[in-house]
This record gives sequence, structure tokens and C-alpha cells, in this order.
Amino acid sequence: MRYLPLTDTDRQAMLATIGAATIDDLFIDVPEVARLDGPIHGLPMHASEMAVERHMKALAAKNMAAGDVPFFLGAGAYRHHVPASVDTIIQRGEFLTAYTPYQPEIAQGTLQMLFEFQTQVARLYGCAVANASLYDGSTACWEAVAMATRVTKRKRAVLSGALHPHYAQVVKTMAHFTGDTIADALPAITAEPDLDGLIARIDEETACVVVQYPDILGRISDLAPVAEAAHAKGALLVVVNTEPVALGAIKSPGEMGADIVVGEGQSLGVGLQFGGPYLGLFAVRDPKHVRQMPGRLCGETTDAEGKRAFVLTLSTREQHIRREKATSNICTNSGLCALAFTVHMTLLGERGLRELAAENHRLACLAADRLARVPGVEVLNTAFFNEFTVMLGGKPARAIVRDLADRGVLAGVSLGRLYPGVAALEHALLVAVTETTTEEDIEHLARELEASIKESAQ
Amino acid sequence: MNAPNKSGWKPEMTIDTDGFHGGPATTTGNRALMLEEPLLFEIGRADVTGVDLPPVDANAPTRLGGLARSEAIGLVGLTEPETVRHYTRLSRQNYGIDLGFFPLGSCTMKHNPRLNEKMARLPGFADIHPLAPQSSVQGALEVVHQLGHWLCTLTGMPAVAMSPKAGAHGELCGILAIRAAHEARGDAREVVLVPESAHGTNPATAAFAGYRVEDIPATPEGRVDVAALKARLGPDVAGVMITNPNTCGLFEKDFREIADAVHAAGGYVYCDGANFNAIVGKVRPGDLGVDAMHINLHKTFSTPHGGGGPGSGPVVLSEALAPYAPLPFIRQGETGEFYLVEEENTEERGPSFGRMTAFHGQMGMFTRALTYILSHGADGLKQVAEDAVLNANYILRSMEDILHAPFAASGPCMHEALFGDKDFTNGLSTLDVAKGLIDEGYHPMTVYFPLVVHGAMLVEPTETESKAAIDQFITAFRSVATRALEGDEGLKAAPYYSPRRRLDETGAARKPKLAYEG
Repeated sequence: MRYLPLTDTDRQAMLATIGAATIDDLFIDVPEVARLDGPIHGLPMHASEMAVERHMKALAAKNMAAGDVPFFLGAGAYRHHVPASVDTIIQRGEFLTAYTPYQPEIAQGTLQMLFEFQTQVARLYGCAVANASLYDGSTACWEAVAMATRVTKRKRAVLSGALHPHYAQVVKTMAHFTGDTIADALPAITAEPDLDGLIARIDEETACVVVQYPDILGRISDLAPVAEAAHAKGALLVVVNTEPVALGAIKSPGEMGADIVVGEGQSLGVGLQFGGPYLGLFAVRDPKHVRQMPGRLCGETTDAEGKRAFVLTLSTREQHIRREKATSNICTNSGLCALAFTVHMTLLGERGLRELAAENHRLACLAADRLARVPGVEVLNTAFFNEFTVMLGGKPARAIVRDLADRGVLAGVSLGRLYPGVAALEHALLVAVTETTTEEDIEHLARELEASIKESAQ
Repeated sequence: MNAPNKSGWKPEMTIDTDGFHGGPATTTGNRALMLEEPLLFEIGRADVTGVDLPPVDANAPTRLGGLARSEAIGLVGLTEPETVRHYTRLSRQNYGIDLGFFPLGSCTMKHNPRLNEKMARLPGFADIHPLAPQSSVQGALEVVHQLGHWLCTLTGMPAVAMSPKAGAHGELCGILAIRAAHEARGDAREVVLVPESAHGTNPATAAFAGYRVEDIPATPEGRVDVAALKARLGPDVAGVMITNPNTCGLFEKDFREIADAVHAAGGYVYCDGANFNAIVGKVRPGDLGVDAMHINLHKTFSTPHGGGGPGSGPVVLSEALAPYAPLPFIRQGETGEFYLVEEENTEERGPSFGRMTAFHGQMGMFTRALTYILSHGADGLKQVAEDAVLNANYILRSMEDILHAPFAASGPCMHEALFGDKDFTNGLSTLDVAKGLIDEGYHPMTVYFPLVVHGAMLVEPTETESKAAIDQFITAFRSVATRALEGDEGLKAAPYYSPRRRLDETGAARKPKLAYEG
């Protein structure tokens, strides 16, 4: 077998050293009833590289790759162009096959990269400190709520109705078990989010209010009044961002007064990957909250010769030291995705990120204008970055999306899929546009959408 | 980048008083192939980019709701050649499996086959959206389904939850399923029992899920104290979390008896599957009475550790817990098509405890793990476990004459060998041995874990090492251990040859500097 270096001669020699007659002598502690007499039945035997490749390629071929068709899906996962050098760097064995940097003397590559990553994320979010990543945006969102309950010693979280419904589900699932109260809501189909309504739901028991920016319908609004209202009641503002590229064009959450900013970093470097692995980003505006943060933190220090060096720090918050008193149970995070993100961000830099954001917005404006000219279609948003909501004039968006997929266009995410059973939302379609979208793609979508709506009317 | 470095490494400091390096200090601070690298923020520029995009048209109309960014973000950029060099230089300050032996106990640092990487990058897997119409991603759903089938068959369990993002997330999944099952019958149990040798994630997970954690002691042989555990069972105990093989490297031979007792007391059995590599293809945990067990795809099934993730932690579940599995999950329809059971499938979702993550799990890891599993097959996976156990026992028996091996008399170990610092002299510690091994060109073993052994050193060779590589490691390990036993002062300042010497970790925590300021 190509991955197993021991030969039978080696095995015999090693058994002799050990003083065992057969390999099964090393498994004597396994109870007789649980010992298998040979390879597990009903599964195939080993296969060559070529055979496995053939099997996997046949499975891959059954999927419609985003790059092969006009593609407009978003809702928390965005398709961006990833520069070629990102993938070659993350495939270097020294990064790919390293472990969590517990031995810092021989892990400075990972540690310095994480320190730079933390700095980039903190600056992008307008915060003081970011951690070394969590699993994804949705789990980071729950960790933010959990942290807010620790900081405020309160047990109620208010979720904006325009928070990604899957993020809200994750928070509600966890809160059920921790005994926290979650006040959630459905999004209202309005051109602008109802921030006054949200503010009215914050009370003296509220640990945090959670707002997505841009929100699930793609809307953007100034969150400073929400921050002010939350702070007046002693609550924290948690801002969730699922599209980091947007922050190249719009104000950072920290600038508007967010206390904890979390998000999904998948847009930069990571790719779509059918939903994972992704990259949870987590940052706090006020350094005094650092000791309540979840996850790994990389800090600067010096070595015995006085040279600058980096190390995982403040680990007394973490499970391997504090066990049941830890701030989170997280151990493995998304190290390699953080590397992909930071390499992509380094290639972009301030200038590139702003240009990338401007290009996304320009194309999104074009698409919004073009789709608004499709009979029966209305664009909901007054403000948006690279994703907006269109109303399909009473047509169920799920059916239209499926029909367009059959026509070779991946048209967007229907709110019907995200909010099953909510009649008020089933005619809305989320359309995301990035720099990978061409003007021909937009035209193609508009034409096919028009045809699909027409045919569904018949 | 040939200018004197800005990293703080002052060349005059490197005049080698210890005599190990020889030769004069260099102007750059570099030593031939050992290259220093400044921080990104010291070499990048705000107006430089490595991506060609249209320049921003300041007059273009925007619909940003008056929230256009006015302040600079504070990022810097590099061109592609500078970027590649920056990260390549950083990479060379890292130890990885590709470079050498990485016997980190309980972490299963085995070779990561490159076919896995190649398959995960097929556009049909890498470039598909999680919310794409299900008709357009049938191959992806089939990958998840096929991998799930393998995991169920290998563990002898009827169901699997694929969405957990890592081992600790899988633990959470299992514990939440246990809690949901108790709640469903109105049974408000409060306590989860965890052996003191457990990974820190176990008690942290149980606490995060709202349980009170109680320790179960270990016997002198390094196994769970069955009598103590049985004595503690009762109507308030929701379940136990036991690692098997355990963190002392031993198979819990009374696991079935424990499971039966827990079940009789109305509780459930969570098995931490971190050490599944020792028994994959040899033993099915389902035959031992397990109700839930996570499988670290990044350990047993060779998906890369990536410097700390991403992992992937599918959880196999018993009949009793399967109905509570989190959303979404995949089913196959009567005509063969695959579909996701999400929030909307009100009947099919049953009493699912909810959702743990935005999408369907670590697809990129599923493709890698399935590729690996198909490569090995049922026969190869059995050989994996056998070779992993053989290598560990070989190390155990090649070291026990000089190094304290607290459970060597308990019989064979499984896939990791555990040692302690009992006979070290002159104040030398396990940490010193670890740092000495760095100088010998090895990544150290896991140290100071499990907590039940003083100065623990947990060595997990895995199956992907040759006998020659293991023999060379044993020679080095014996040499360093001997220095610790004999009280060699020089070991206290090791490592000497790594890119950095020992770090001031206390200072780092006392005055945390967690972002670049400048």
C-alpha cells in the first residue's frame, strides 16, 4: 500500500523486539466479542491512485461548477477570484502539514502569519484585537453571544430579523442548551431595515443585540444608533459580517460602535467548497474584553536571545488549561483558511481591497438596474453592496431558481429556501454579484429570468 | 528584502557565546538558508497591490446608503513576487510532517496524501455553492453520503451527523444529542462524568452544553476506575465521555461493561474518537455499546492539520440518539436522488436538536477523507491500525529500559506510548526533553498530557513512518532522555538550532500584544 512504509520483514523484526508473536497479540485488550476476524465486510479493498481519481472525478462531474455558468449565489458564501499564488502558498508542506503551534520555536511561520492575520482582521473590522479564527461565521456568531453573556452577566440576546437565518438557528440551538433567551424575528420586506423596531426590543436584561451588516437582504444601514441604544441599556452590540469585501467600500462595524464583530471570511482566499471549511472571524473593539474572548490568540514576545518572536498566548481562557471553566470548547480552528485569507488580503492590500470592493459594487449596480427592467421584477433595496433582493412579482422564487438552474443559470438564493413556510418571503430572490460576474452573465440572467417568469405565468 | 531585517534580531546578539553555531555574525541577521523575515506591515505599502483591478472611479455613482468608507483601513499590500517570498520564508520557520517525524500524541500527525488535495480542488467540488439547487450538486451530496456510509460501517453505528466542523464541535454534537434525548422524555439530568485523563475539550464541551462535570479517577493501570464510575451512576447522570483507546494509550477493556452499566442507569455513552486510528478497521465501537462518537477526519483519515485546522468531526450515533441529529442531513430518495433534510422538512427532521453551523459541514475535508478511505479500502485501513499500534509498541519497548513508562506493565499500548519524567535529575523536565528533541530535528511529542502522569510525554508515531525513521528517532530520544536522566544542564537552554530559542511566554501573557501597532 503506497502510504504504508513498513515491509513484512520490518513488521516481523519489530514484533520480535516487542516480544509479541503476532500483531493480534498487541490487541489482546480488545474483548473477544469486539475483535473482527478480517477486513470489515461489505467495503471495497484498497485502490490505486488512478482508480480513486476516476471515482472522485465521476462524482465531481455530477455537479454544476459555479465557474461554468452565470452564477449569482450569495447569502453568506460568495464567489471571488482567488489569485493563483494563494493556493500554491497554502499547499507548502510546512504550512499544510503543521499542527497548532504548541512548540513556538519551530512554528514561527504559522505564528507570524497568524499575528499578521489578526492585525488585518482587526483593522478591517475597526477593532482592537482579533483572534486566530473560529470554524465559520455562524459558530463565531454564537461565540459572540456567549461572550456577551459572560461580559454582561445577562442571559438575553436580541437578534435582528435580518440576521442570516442559519446563523440565527445556530444561536437558538445553542441557547436552548445554555438556558439563554433569544429574541428573534423574521425579516420584513422593506427597502430599509427597521432599526427603530430593533432598538425597541433592547431591554435592561439584554446582553447583546446582534445585527448583520450588510444584512441578509443585502441592505446597509448606519448602526451607530443601535450601538448607542444598546450601550444605554448596558448591552453590547454584536455586528455580523458575511462579506468582508464589503468593508473595502463601507464603514467598519467598529467605527459605528460595535463591541464584538464577527463574520465569515470565506470570500477571501477560501472559495465556495459547498459550505466548508470556512473561516470564522472574531474581533473586539475594546481591548479590555480580550480575556473573555474564545479561541486562540497569537501574541508578540521575545526569545531567549531577545529576538522578536510570536506565541499563542492568554491560553488560561482555553479548554486545554481551564477544562470546564474555559471560555469555549474550541480546540482546532481554521488555521489554513486563515492563511488563505491573509495571503489574499496581502495581495490585495488597502488599494486592491478598495478596488475590488468598487468593482463588486459597480457590477452589482449594473445588475440591479438591468433586473429592474425585467417585467414583473422589482429591486427592493435602496442601499446595497454586492448583493440585493429582488421581488418576483408574486412568483415563488424557489421554483424560478430551479427552473433557471435547468436553463444553465445559477440565479441566486431564494428566500423561500432560507425561510421555508414563510409566505411573505417566498417571492423574494437574493442576487449576489462579484468581480467574477461578467456583463454578459448579467444579461443572460435577465433574459432567462424574464423567460422563466413569463412561462410560469402560463 | 536583502536590507538588514526589521524583525528585531540584532546581529550583534548572535555572536555565538554558546559556541554552537560558529562563524561571525552576518549583516542581515540571516544565516545562509535560515532567512529572517520582517512583518508584513513593515514591508507592505498602502498603495501597492498584487492583484490587477480597475482603479476606483471616485465619481462613479454608489448606492452605499451614505456609508462609504472615508477612513483608511490600515492595510498594506505586496506584489505577487514579494508575497510569494514573504510566505515562503515564513513557511521555512515551520515544522511539518513533510519535513520529518511528528509524534504528537493524540493528534495523529500522519502523512497527508497529495491525491486528497488534488481531488478536493476539482472545480466540481471546490467551486460549488452550499445553497445551489440540489439538482445541481448531486455529486457533492453523494460524496457526503458515501463517506457517511464508510464511517457508519467502520464504526458499526447506524447513523452519522456530518456537519460538525472539528472534533470539539463533534463532541458538542454528541452531548447535545444526549441532552435532547433526555429532554424528550422529560428527564432533567445534570451531570456528565469525565475521566481525569480526558482531553480538555471533553469537560469544556459538557459545561458548554449546560452540564456539571464530575471527574472519574483512573486506576494505577491507566484505565477508567470502573468501580468508582459505577458507584457514581444514578438518576442525575446524563452520560459519560470516555476516550477509547484512552489518552494513556490503552484500550479500555471494560468499555462494554461500563456502557452496559451506564445504559442500565438511564445514561448514554459518549466515546471520544480522537484515537480511532488505533482501531480503525479492527474494532467497531458500535460493538462496545457506544451511543455517540466523533471522528476527527484530520486525524484518522489524513486530512491536513493546516497549522491548527480546519478539522472535521462527523459524529456516529446509535439508534437511540440518531433521531436527534442536527440539521441538515442527507437522505436518498426512492429514485436514487440525494436531498438535504433542512428546516423545512418538518416531518423528516423529526426531533432534531437544531443546527450547529450555517451549511453542511466541511465538504473540502469530506472529499479528502473519502479519497483517503477509497485508497486504503477495508484491508488498508486495518493495516493502518496494525502498523500504528506496532510502531507505538516498538517505541515503548525500545525506551522502557531507560525512561519511566508508567503503564508499560499494563500490557501492550495502542497507537501511542506514554512516558513520565520520574527519574530526571538536576531539575530537568519534560519540557527540556521536548526542546532537546527540536535540536535533534524532531517535532516533540505531546507533553504534560494526560494529566494523570507527572511530566507526561505521549508519543504517537502513526503508521506512515518507516522502520528506519523510527529507529533514528529512538536513538535521538534515548540520547536526549539520557541527558535528562543524567542532569545535563545544557538541555535547559535548548533548543539552540531552531529559528527561535525559548520564548518569554509569561511576558507575552502579562502584557498582551496581539496586533501590529505602527
